[in-house]
Order: sequence, then structure tokens, then C-alpha cells
Amino acid sequence: MSADVEVPVEASRTPKQLARLRRRRSRARYWSEFRRHRSGIIGLLILGFFVAIALVAPLIYPENPADPSAIINAEGESMAPPTAGYPLGTTQTGQSVLTLLVWGARVSLFVGLLATIISMTLGSLIGIGSGHYGNWFGAALERLTDWFLVIPFLPLAIVLATVAREIDWLGDSLITIVVVIGITSWPGTARLVRAQTMSVKARPYLERARVLGGGNWHQMTRHILPNVAPLILANTTLTVAIAILSETTLSFLGLGPQNRVSWGSMLDDAFGTGAISLGAWWYLIPPGLCVVLVVLAFTLIGRALEGVLSPQMRER
Amino acid sequence: MSQSPNATADPDAPHPEARPIIEVSGLKVTFRSREGKQARAVDGVDLAVGRGEIIALAGESGCGKTTLARTILGLERPVEGTVSYDGSPLDRSSRGLRAYRRKVQLVLQDPTGSLNPRHTVYDSVAEGLRVHKIAGNEEILVAAALSRAGLRPPERYFLRYPHELSGGQRQRVVIAGALALEPDVIVADEPVSSLDASVRGEILALLLKLRDELGLTVLVVTHDLGLAWNIADRLAIMYLGRIVEIGPTEDVLRDPQHPYTRALLSVVPEVEQLDPIVLTGETPDPTRIPSGCRFNPRCPALQSGEAVTVADRCRTEAVDLIATTPGHHAACFLTNLTRAPS
Amino acid sequence: MTLLQLEDLSVTYSTDEGPVPAVRGVTLTLDAGTTLGVAGESGCGKSTLASTILRLTPASATVTGRVFLEGEDVLGMSFGRLRAVRWGQASIIFQGALHSLNPVQRIGKQIAEPILLHDKTASPRNVDSRVAHLLDQVGLPRRLAQAYPHQVSGGQKQRVMIAMAMGCGPRLIIADEPTTALDVMVQAQVLDLLKGIVKDIGLGLMIISHDLSVLGTACDRVAVMYAGRVVEQGPARQVFEDPVHPYTRALSGAFPTIGDPAARYAPRGLAGDPPFPGDLPSGCPFHPRCSDSIDACSTVDVGLRPAGHWRTAACVLVPEAER
Repeated sequence: MSADVEVPVEASRTPKQLARLRRRRSRARYWSEFRRHRSGIIGLLILGFFVAIALVAPLIYPENPADPSAIINAEGESMAPPTAGYPLGTTQTGQSVLTLLVWGARVSLFVGLLATIISMTLGSLIGIGSGHYGNWFGAALERLTDWFLVIPFLPLAIVLATVAREIDWLGDSLITIVVVIGITSWPGTARLVRAQTMSVKARPYLERARVLGGGNWHQMTRHILPNVAPLILANTTLTVAIAILSETTLSFLGLGPQNRVSWGSMLDDAFGTGAISLGAWWYLIPPGLCVVLVVLAFTLIGRALEGVLSPQMRER
Repeated sequence: MSQSPNATADPDAPHPEARPIIEVSGLKVTFRSREGKQARAVDGVDLAVGRGEIIALAGESGCGKTTLARTILGLERPVEGTVSYDGSPLDRSSRGLRAYRRKVQLVLQDPTGSLNPRHTVYDSVAEGLRVHKIAGNEEILVAAALSRAGLRPPERYFLRYPHELSGGQRQRVVIAGALALEPDVIVADEPVSSLDASVRGEILALLLKLRDELGLTVLVVTHDLGLAWNIADRLAIMYLGRIVEIGPTEDVLRDPQHPYTRALLSVVPEVEQLDPIVLTGETPDPTRIPSGCRFNPRCPALQSGEAVTVADRCRTEAVDLIATTPGHHAACFLTNLTRAPS
Repeated sequence: MTLLQLEDLSVTYSTDEGPVPAVRGVTLTLDAGTTLGVAGESGCGKSTLASTILRLTPASATVTGRVFLEGEDVLGMSFGRLRAVRWGQASIIFQGALHSLNPVQRIGKQIAEPILLHDKTASPRNVDSRVAHLLDQVGLPRRLAQAYPHQVSGGQKQRVMIAMAMGCGPRLIIADEPTTALDVMVQAQVLDLLKGIVKDIGLGLMIISHDLSVLGTACDRVAVMYAGRVVEQGPARQVFEDPVHPYTRALSGAFPTIGDPAARYAPRGLAGDPPFPGDLPSGCPFHPRCSDSIDACSTVDVGLRPAGHWRTAACVLVPEAER
């Protein structure tokens, strides 16, 4: 009857195969759209660089610089400016700043990513839950979100980190700090996801899903999640940036794991051993600069992602 | 109550399917408005819908037609009264409602909003099948539903997205999604009002075809009396939560008995030769329902003196539907006077 | 007196996908004290037409042809003069007017705003009486000036928009879909109001709508647009009841006469959608959907031909040069 829309005839393929083909094509479309955002590409390159360094670190510098043996066996002078042998100078223990920097990348990125996974998962679940369920359950989740939002991050993180280190199985490890950051940064995501969930719920196709007989699970997985996912994705990259900054802050305050080097702990040590009054810029600037660059990379990627995904988020 | 005529038979002829497929009895639905006031959206409705009939619920905004339709679908909970399907009252447990959904489906006003823009046509139509885990080859069922909704050849549409289709085609996809469950009843809430005027006819013709070929019962909610004239067997006019007139479409629209229906018809541009009776005041507010006959503050019959003999009753007594000719009822005290007692 | 005259008006938008001709050679006239209806569906160019009359189209749009408002060339006038003309001589009630009111400002203030902008003699003190007078004219109680938009109903909001449009005493009012979101009873009230204003003040009114039945009863003349062109023009009632062009017939059929047995169980509609202006079919743009199309229709796009008393229609089936 109304066949005025041209459809190429693709014979002898099942709808599943065709659907997969469509998805592949749309992914290619997303990528080419993303490529148009120069800033996003720059962000990707920077991030790629740091990820490569983090992965390659143990190959170039086999010894973990936080190990007591590495500290004892350090050969350089204390707090010496950059030379040929030590391109970024040395720390107060005589270790190469470059070594610490490269190893620090591993911790910062690892903590940042893992904490983000926890935060995004928590935030999304709670956000969708509080947005979808209109009853006491949803209201309780909403109150929980608000409560956590209101508590200032830093004091809470400090308290949690301090307490967590006393717990036996957590102790003074990377996991502790990952957990601390994860459970203090989910509320922002939850709020965002809740708002988007509620907006999707108001759309007629949700009501249609209800009328067709779909229960809560069906509505949440088939309709709400796909429509909320782009927002979560764009928000994730920004959350990683915040997580890395948080880790840097906590390590700087001495609350990070003591057996690992991170950029934040480098800054802590630098300040603690008087690098400023000694003028040891090679100890202070590189870790700070690295943090800034990584955060910048994630922010650029996140903004480019938003640019690509937001026309899709608003109905086509 | 009223009999259930089918498409072409004489309304007075004996009908094989005597039991109505949907029966509403004494239904009341109230909402709490934002200021905390009670809005009596549906305030005492009795309705019997016969198998294979197309019945239109018409009225202005605030009259309760959409709420009534949604309550029939089980989307709203009544505070009083019952909705019965095929003789038994609705089972409001989640399993009961799910089973009910296979029999009674909904087509919404805005086809663009009704379809998830990320789902292909195939996914949208298959959604109902998947929710109810209906046995059988999904692809064949989806193709059959799309064909019945007039989208042929159906395979062409499987992978289209809603934004690639025209408004009329989108509405057909929504209808196909409802048909996939092989329901007995379709409730259509303003099914064509978002579509371009020249395209509306297709969808209306489709609804008629589905009734004629599949025996589908259709309950159409609309503000457009012309639509009712086009496809409805029976027409119910609602005002402030109650049905004020109901009967075969020809009777209600050619010989309206209720002053409100007469006023509505007089201002509809498509009707010729009626002196326009433009009612004063705004469309009424369901939180402040007048006592007595709820239409009395605006009733032109009262204002013109035509109803002076029953004026007291109009202001104090609530009025039920009164039969005029067989199958045609109006909720007006005047009806009793001008007609021989039934 | 010819209030408004459009001569061969064309408006082309420039988009990423190339030029899109929204209006293609429209010629219309409107006399003072009369109402002209412009009927059409999505994509026909009617809203663009309305915006062009007051030069409200975006700067990237190309406008050719002439627009004469009380003899003055609107497209050629200086910007200063244009500002005076906008609202002072001609005003528009836009589509979706119900959402055009500022929710945090009182209604009286919003009605007063254009008056204060245009009239040098008006001051915040004496403008109140003018606002009150306007509210009277549109049948609203004076106390509504103190109300906020969310406190009034849809019909009342529409009247407020009409009052606003009348604020500076224009000679021409263009109303774009003034009744679309309204109930049929409120619609009748608003149309009555507009008709009364036209009669009392003698201004010219252009009503744009997809509802041919509304235009058929509320207007003196009606022009039906399709794909940027006028395809039929004539006395409103006649065009609605006895259409000549196949598209007008389809549009008119969408609003069946209640009581007409021929319309019973016989809904009439067209397949497909109105064409996207950037992608028009060859020849007559309506031919793919036309039940009466002949071979010539896909190659030839005819102009308006006389088709009766004061009527024209752009269809190859209308014999040329008919008396």
C-alpha cells in the first residue's frame, strides 16, 4: 500500500543476521562521526600514550620502585636535577623520577578505571531503580542518593579510607582505595541516570510496553537501559577523570596504599621532603602534569562522545 | 442495557452473540490533583461493548474518555465499580493482567512516540510476542501481523527504523504490534489526530477492515465527531466523567437528545444547517462537579427556558441514562418529557 | 482596499543537503475587513509563508517576489521601518502559541510589552488601561492581567495571544493554527471572537490551518497549498464543499460532513505522505498520490487556471481558459 520508502532487497538472510549487519554499520557510523571531533581524537591519542606506558612499565623498569629493595639499592644522588642517566632527575631516595612516573601511571589508571566501574554500576543501578519504581522503593533509593550527594566528598573519602585500612581483608591495598572512590562517586551518576530514566518513562512507548504485557524487568532492560546507556557512556569517561583526580588527592594526603607508587604519592613525597624549597621542579611538575594530561584526555573524549551520542539521545 | 449491533445488521434484529465482550458497571476513577483536590475523572459509567462492534467515546478534554479507556485496559485502578471481560471481572493480579493483555490491546495517539526509536519495526512488532513467550515461528507471526496491518511485503519493513517511515506507516506498525497478539479488542486513543489530515482515511479504513475481516472489536476514543460518523457503529458522548448520550451513531448525530450533544454538533464545522450554540464558560473541571445534572450550569436548554418544567430537578437530582428510541439513551430530564414513556 | 498583496513569492532555505524550496511562486491578496484562509499540511510551506510576510525567515533563506502591505514593499523596506511595521501594522499569532507565554511573567505585563516598545506615548503607568481594554475586547475578565500563564486555561491563553497581537492596533493579523490544540467548543469561541474582531475593527485576518472545515466556515476566501504552491483558491465555503483540485478533494474528504450517508463507513484518505520540500516529484508534485493523474501529470506542472466564479485551481484536468 504505502511503499514509497525505498528498501534494498536483501534476500535470504534471517532478521537476526540482518540485525547484526545493521548494528555493525551503525557502529561504523558512530566511529566516523566520532572522528570528526578533532578534540576527541587528541584525547584518544593522549590516553593511548599513557595506557601504552602503563602496560610497558614493568618491561622497561622491571623493579617496582616502591619495593624496599629498590629504595635501598637506589644509586642516584638524592634530589639531583635531570642528567643523561636520570632524564627527570632523582627523588629523595636517589631513585629515578622517570621510573616512578612510569610505574605511577599503572596505579593511577588502574584505580581510576576500576573505581569508575564500581561507581558507574552502582550509580546506574540505583539511578534506574529510583527512576523506574515510583513507590517507596524508588523513593528510598532517591533519598539515599541525595544523602550521599550532600555529604562532601573529601571528608567522607578520608574517613572511609582511614577506616577501611583497619579492616583486615581490605587493609592497606589498592582495592581499599578503589572501593573508597567507587562508593563516594556514584551519586552524581545516579542523579543523572535517574533524570534520564524518568524522562524515558514518560514516553509513550514505555506505556505501550506496559500494555503489551511487559513487566518491570522487560521495561527496564528493553527500553530504559538502551535509552539511558549513551548517557552513561558519555558520563563514564568524565567519571574516570574524576576518579583519577580523587586517587591523586587521597594519595597526596597519604591515604593511598603505601606499597605502591602513584602520581599522588609522588607529589606527597615531593612536598614532604621539601622539594619546593629545594627547587626540585623535576620532582613536582612531571606527576602533576601527567595527572592533568590524563584528566584532559578523558574530558576531551567524553565531550566528543556526548557530541556523537546526544542527537541519538534526543529522539531521532 | 443496549444491544450490540454489528456492522450492517438492523439494530433491532436478534444478535447471536448476546453477551457483551466488555462490560463496565458503575465505574468510578478518581485522581488526586497537584493541589490535593479530588478529580472525579470517571464518575459512574455503565457500558456494554458487543463483540465485533466499533464504538466511539467522544467528548472534550476533561470528560474522562481517556481515563475510561485506560481503566478498561487495566492501566488505571477504579475506586468503585467493575470492568468485566467476556463475563468475568478483571483479574488484577500481575498474571491475570498479563493474560488480559493478550485479549485487549491499545493503539496510542502519537505513533512517533509509541515506537522506541532504537528498535526496528521487527523488534517493535515482536515485542508483544516475546513478552508473552508466544509459541511459533516469530518471523512468520511478525510478517503476518505486518501484512494484516497493510504493510506489504512485510519483509521490506523488518529492518526499518520508525524515523524512516511516514506517519501513516508508523501507526500501522503500532497496530501490527497490537495485532500480533491476536487480541479480541483494540482500544484506540485518538488514533489519527497526530497524522496529517489527508492520511487519516487510510488508518480509519484499516480499522474498519480489521473489524470486517477479523471480527475485531474496536473502542475508539476521540474528540472528533466526524471520525465517529466515518467508522463507529455506536457513539457515546461523555461529559465530566459520565456518559450523557449513547446510541447508534446515526441516531445520536442526526437526532441528538441531550443538549450537550446538540451544542457540540452545532459548532462542529462539518455539520450543516444547525444554528451554532456556543456554550459559555470553559471546559469544566473534574475537581468541581456541579450538583444535580452536571451540565446544568452551561445547559442551553435551561438558559433558554426550554427546560423550565424540569429546571428544579436539573439543579438538584443526578440524572441517569434514559431510553428514547431502542438503543438510544440520553441523560436528560427533558428526554422523558418529549418522548412517550419507554 | 488591498491590505496585503503577495506577488510570486518564493522562499528557499539553504541547508546542509542543498537548497530546499519551501514556497514556490505564491500570489495572494487579502482585503481589509475580510478573512483569508491558507490550508495545507506539513511541508506545504504555509508557516514559512506567514513568517515571510514580516521578514522573519532566517538570514540564510533566499526570498524572491514581492510582499506589499498597504502598498508598502515589505521586502525592500529599511530595518527601522520594518520594526515599526512589525506589530504596529501587522502581527502574527504563532503556532503553538499556548507555549509562547513566559511562565514567570504576569499576563498583563506580557500584553503590555509590545505596546511599550512601539508606542512612545505609552508608559508603564498608562498602559494598564490599554491592557484592560484589550482584555475586554477578547472577552476575558480584567483581573486576568494579574494572573500567571499556568493559572489560565488553553482557550484563555489563546485569547491572551490574540489580545497581544492586537496590542498595537495592527491592520493585519496572521494566525497560524489558532485552534489546533483546542477543544471543539473552545475552538468555536475563539473563531467567533476572531470573526467579531474582523467585523468590528475592520482589520484583515489570515488564518493558517490544516483543518479545511474550520477555514470553510470561518473565512471568506481560502487558498489551498501543497508542496509550496497554491493549488486551489476560491470562496471558502465553495472550496470546502465543492473542491476542484484532487488534493483539495482529499483534504476535504478528511473532514466528512456529519449526516452524509456517503461518508458512513467510508473514510477517505490518501496513501503516502505530503512530499518533503527538498525532494519533490517531477511535474505536478501531487501526481504520485493523485487518483485522477494522467500521463502528462508527471512531466507538466500547471499553474492556476480559472475554475469557476472567482475560483482557480492548478490541475491539468481543469480546462484552460474556462469562463
